[in-house]
Amino acid sequence: MSLRITGATALRVLRQLRHDPRTLALIVFVPCMLITLLKYVFLDSPVFDRIGGPLVGLFPLTSMFVVTSITMLRERTTGTLERLMSMPLSKLDLLLGYACAFALVAAAQAGLVSALAFGVLGLDVQGAVWAVICLAVANALLGMSLGLFVSAFARTEFQAVQFLPAIILPQILLCGLLAPRDEMAQLLYWISWAMPVTYAYGALDLVTKGIYDAELAAYVLVVCAFIAGLLVLGAGTLRRRTA
Amino acid sequence: MSAPIAVRDLRVRRGGTLVLDDFSIDIGGGRVTGLLGPNGAGKTTLIRCIVGVQIVEAGTVTVLGEPAGSPRLRARVGYVTQAPSVYLDLSARENLEYFARVLDAPDRRISEVIETVDLVRDERRLVGRLSGGQRARVSLATALLGEPDVLVLDEPTVGLDPVLRRELWDLFRELAAAGRTVLVSSHVMDEAVRCDDLVLLRDGAIVAAGTPDELRAQSGSDDLEQAFLRLGERRA
Repeated sequence: MSLRITGATALRVLRQLRHDPRTLALIVFVPCMLITLLKYVFLDSPVFDRIGGPLVGLFPLTSMFVVTSITMLRERTTGTLERLMSMPLSKLDLLLGYACAFALVAAAQAGLVSALAFGVLGLDVQGAVWAVICLAVANALLGMSLGLFVSAFARTEFQAVQFLPAIILPQILLCGLLAPRDEMAQLLYWISWAMPVTYAYGALDLVTKGIYDAELAAYVLVVCAFIAGLLVLGAGTLRRRTA
Repeated sequence: MSAPIAVRDLRVRRGGTLVLDDFSIDIGGGRVTGLLGPNGAGKTTLIRCIVGVQIVEAGTVTVLGEPAGSPRLRARVGYVTQAPSVYLDLSARENLEYFARVLDAPDRRISEVIETVDLVRDERRLVGRLSGGQRARVSLATALLGEPDVLVLDEPTVGLDPVLRRELWDLFRELAAAGRTVLVSSHVMDEAVRCDDLVLLRDGAIVAAGTPDELRAQSGSDDLEQAFLRLGERRA
């Protein structure tokens, strides 16, 4: 592993995004629009304050999932991945380079969305805003590692985009954001324990309620474990040699 | 001393079909070797084996005394794929800046290779907005960055204008004269005359190999294209 190559990779990914200002604008604008919509759909209702905070922390997960799976798929289909694999670059350099770049983008995204939600729209949470932003960055990395892994199973960008409703949406439905998990059917409840977004939401839910306890630490640890595990699985899909 | 590239008893399957079987070849250093043959002859497969990105069923490929694809070779072997493998959403210079960091090549090499492939005027444009030939040149420039001892090029001159093609062949000759090993695949016969050694492949087997003069003599034809046709027929 080399700091030089990891840094260069992060810079390269950021430069690619910079040349695509529309994507960057969408990454920031779409969550801002959704959180504003949420505010006015649930005007005079406690729902906005209950799910608004966790949502701010979950947006980066979906954006980075899509951006990573498409970027990685392009690396595979245009041959740049094969070129890199024939160069003195370790898989860790590539994965960490991606992680640094997307963590930075996610921090900016979560910062701006938070400024709007907490500053302008009056979203009220018990916990600290900086803690929500930290969790948002962790969730961006979770989305990135998920996207990296599933990109190996897509042949085209059409397929890669479909992985969002296929893989992220069920997790959002089951994570407890829309309905409490302990009121779900037993089977769904047990399935939700196996899904990383459940823990990502669990941590956000506690932080926005101002609860900083062992349960929160456990959730954060599980999210980190999922990130590490998915990155290892993702590294397994980066092949030096192919048939 | 063994040849810079030594292939022994190679057997490779791609997509279920046997492409190379019991294939052996030596490729010499300080020379430009041309790999010629029709589409599907196995040129790309052989090249992929030499750079170490191909899964091999049997046999050995040794490059500079080490098994092909081994980590220590990654900085010493330059590889240009048939389709330009560079980032379309970066400028030519940004592509080269990134790959230079990965290869630990000095910054001055970036400007040097841009000049070599004649992209000075377009270095700040996004590769996605460049023509096919210009993209191929960015890809080639990337392979030249690290000043590799072994340069393997899969049809690098397809779609390039004749002037640039001649310049690139001059460059290949210069690199070979400096002691490097240059392996170039092509299906254009007029490029064959510029090689020191020629290998004619068909259906995964060597139909003929030797210097252009030797092949002319073997076939009894002064025209290389004729020579290849005759040698091919004889084999069939």
